[in-house]
Amino acid sequence: MQNKSIAQLAADLRLRTYSSVELTKHYLDRIARLDPSLNSFITVAGASALAAAERADQALRAGDAGPLTGIPIAHKDIFCTKGVKTTCGSRMLENFIAPYDATVVEKLAAAGAVVLGKTNMDEFAMGSSNETSYYGPVKNPWNHDLVPGGSSGGSAAAVAARLCAAATGTDTGGSIRQPAALCGITGIKPTYGRCSRWGMIAFASSLDQAGVMARSAADAAFVLDEMAGFDQRDSTSADEPVPDYVDALDNDLKGLRIGLPKEYFGAGLDARVASSVQAAIDEYQRLGAEVVEISLPNSPLSVPVYYVVAPAECSSNLARFDGVRYGHRCADPRDLEDLYKRSRAEGFGPEVQRRIMVGTYVLSAGYYDAYYLKAQKIRQLIADDFKRAFEQVDVIMGPTAPTTAFEIGAKMDDPVSMYLNDIYTIATNLAGLPGISIPVAPVEGLPVGLQIIGNYFQEARLLNVAHMLQHVTHWHQAAPVGFE
Amino acid sequence: MQWETVIGLEIHTQLATKSKIFSGAPTAFGAEPNTQACAIDLGLPGVLPVLNAEAVRLAVRFGSAIQAEIAPRSVFARKNYFYPDLPKGYQISQYELPVVGKGLVEIVLEDGTVKTIGVTRAHLEEDAGKSLHEEFQDFTGIDLNRAGTPLLEIVSEPDMRSPQDAVAYAKKIHQIVRYIGISDGNMQEGSFRMDANVSVRPVGQEAFGTRAEIKNVNSFRFLEKAIQFEVERQIDLIEGGGTVVQETRLYDAAKDETRSMRTKEEANDYRYFPDPDLLPLEIDAAFIKNATADLPELPDAKRARFHAEHGLSEYDANLLTGSRELADYFEVVAKESGEPKLAANWVSGELMAALNKAEKELAESPVSAPLLAGLIKRIKDGTISGKIAKQVFEAMWQGEGDADQVIESQGLKQITDSGAIETMIDEIIAANSGQVEQYRAGKEKVFGFFVGQAMKASKGKANPQQVNEILKRKLQG
Repeated sequence: MQNKSIAQLAADLRLRTYSSVELTKHYLDRIARLDPSLNSFITVAGASALAAAERADQALRAGDAGPLTGIPIAHKDIFCTKGVKTTCGSRMLENFIAPYDATVVEKLAAAGAVVLGKTNMDEFAMGSSNETSYYGPVKNPWNHDLVPGGSSGGSAAAVAARLCAAATGTDTGGSIRQPAALCGITGIKPTYGRCSRWGMIAFASSLDQAGVMARSAADAAFVLDEMAGFDQRDSTSADEPVPDYVDALDNDLKGLRIGLPKEYFGAGLDARVASSVQAAIDEYQRLGAEVVEISLPNSPLSVPVYYVVAPAECSSNLARFDGVRYGHRCADPRDLEDLYKRSRAEGFGPEVQRRIMVGTYVLSAGYYDAYYLKAQKIRQLIADDFKRAFEQVDVIMGPTAPTTAFEIGAKMDDPVSMYLNDIYTIATNLAGLPGISIPVAPVEGLPVGLQIIGNYFQEARLLNVAHMLQHVTHWHQAAPVGFE
Repeated sequence: MQWETVIGLEIHTQLATKSKIFSGAPTAFGAEPNTQACAIDLGLPGVLPVLNAEAVRLAVRFGSAIQAEIAPRSVFARKNYFYPDLPKGYQISQYELPVVGKGLVEIVLEDGTVKTIGVTRAHLEEDAGKSLHEEFQDFTGIDLNRAGTPLLEIVSEPDMRSPQDAVAYAKKIHQIVRYIGISDGNMQEGSFRMDANVSVRPVGQEAFGTRAEIKNVNSFRFLEKAIQFEVERQIDLIEGGGTVVQETRLYDAAKDETRSMRTKEEANDYRYFPDPDLLPLEIDAAFIKNATADLPELPDAKRARFHAEHGLSEYDANLLTGSRELADYFEVVAKESGEPKLAANWVSGELMAALNKAEKELAESPVSAPLLAGLIKRIKDGTISGKIAKQVFEAMWQGEGDADQVIESQGLKQITDSGAIETMIDEIIAANSGQVEQYRAGKEKVFGFFVGQAMKASKGKANPQQVNEILKRKLQG
């Protein structure tokens, strides 16, 4: 069952080959057996999952079912879920239960999806290896000594290990695409504003975007169809029509113009990763696409710009975690200042504290112009680069990450080297563009991701381009040993 | 040395919206603590603000009322600081690009001179909650009902030169926000709070002195006293060889003094930056037109009109346009009686005194505008004298009916029958021959004595003009 596509599962559920309760039990059983070695879930919500599965079965029996009815999925633990705790990977929210569902959670529930639990993540989505989680690192299903990537590392590992049919993720600088690449799955970060941010705990509000992690572009299309759309509760959500992503999957790729930014194939890129990416591009040419070399001249600045803008916003977004109303509060505070200092020092891990400090610094009087304002200007230049590129090409392709998964612990003492893992993904967040990562030929048994970047609101095109490759290749079907 | 005082005010006025500026929670005052705060007001994780269009509409009305430019694009910014009653750890406000730009208001000083005070800007922001220190022992209570209440912060130019200027300006802003219906201006409930920036400089010096900011003053009387105290403190300090430090001070009404709250060194670095959760606020001409279509006549225009149309003095015109209710009341009296000057005297004199004495609001006055107009008509047509009218007013105040009913039931109708008055005067002259001789010998002051006698004899009802004429004629013999 766990290797079936969402379309196949949905068909089986309709034919009563098995019920949603049976399917849900099957996944819960896999989680119980296999996840202790991975740590991809923070919370498994067995009882509420089975209750949702019962309801789904009723809907299926009544003939009142959509494509996701009864399909077991998981949510990154950054999405608030009413009645099930939401930790955001932090000690700060160890016991936090939101009194509301995130819009994304609400929409998927309304579509009949069954939520198995909440997946592990870097603390407050700050990290590229899932090692900053208070709830312990997630292991890469392909090799337990390696990281799954981050920050949506739990969702990526759970999907790759077939512990759920699909999972939600969020992507602020690559947090869906990079772990998707490192775990050998498909991950799409939509255009900024495509999915509502209501109920999604904010890291950097102008960059955060919810997306899907699945085993194929087709599966991702089914889930994104239900997640996307305007939400009155999020002023930054896009009031744009949502096309049917599934409908567009099989569109022909003849004449597709693919841009290859020279900056994405230079120093720092593992040569073996480069050749895997090249092999996929060759495949696209066989499907009738044309390849054009392009330039995104400001992209080398994307990492430094990101590490000004994102910490600035996070320093403010995380100010609400003060130990006063909810969340971690230190024992026996002497006075107000002590309450603040110790609650936050105990509740936040080192990477979160580092970013709050950097963000506070770049926004402070006398430094704002030199850092924050300048970063915003360069951000505009980066977006302009893409604008010019999309006058020439339909999609942009390149590697998702410069290397395959690295060892747990390898980069924890070197933040800059960790940050450089997102060198190819960050620019799209700064520009607000959609991007998808799909598995291509592995290197020494480890997954490699191809990143495809589209113009604004071109998710349907991205899923189509990804799907057509998956139509003619089998890279996305490989399963890690022990999780087949 | 001669010192000049320089004052600028920041006024926070609560906008009269039903729901909060970024959430749907109600804004009503006086509810049980924390019963009017939703997840957004509590700053729970994952919540997002959505701007209340009504707050914008009210801000636009204010901008229009002070002839300011409404920014076609303004930006909400986060003001970051930690405080227990500030749930998000930042206040959403406007910083570099406020919704209302430069405007101006006119104030009328005691001597009737009109002075223009510049308004630098006005911006939208959310209020914080309330920390309750007194009610609890060993801990502080937090009430977040007020968190997210919409405020318009109105910032003046440093154009005021005395505590009296500052009070006149604050009253003017108070008057405007109530006229145009954007705030109830209730000072006890904190709907209108003032911060005063005060400095002094030697007369003739261009550069401003170092200022102190007096925070959170909530009455006009305290504003005047706080500034007065602060000016004296600064002058004493400088003349004693000290220097004023830039700081925030609090006015203690009980002790009538200001005291230091925090100095510039201790001040927060608010790390303002544009709020990424909110799009820039864009306002087009149609929105402005809609928001201001039903703006009433504003106080300054009304004052000018009262002056021109009704021939009132600047002072009276200013007084009678103090509130929309008062101005409306006056206009009804003036129109129905056809005697604007008499109406002005009666409204600003007898009526105001009676209201003050009874501690009543105008809306509670037992004498309505049409009733007062009816009284003035009877003065005008000679039915009663001004003096008797006061007696009639008193009866009307007690609810004894309209002017005609009171005049009738108490027999207060003026005596205008010249035959009756002549007979009465003949009797008075006959009974006071000594005074008659004095008058005829040139002691004209005695004339007043005869008038008094006549009024006494008629119980005040004799027509004063007729009494004068007949007396003069008869005394000259």
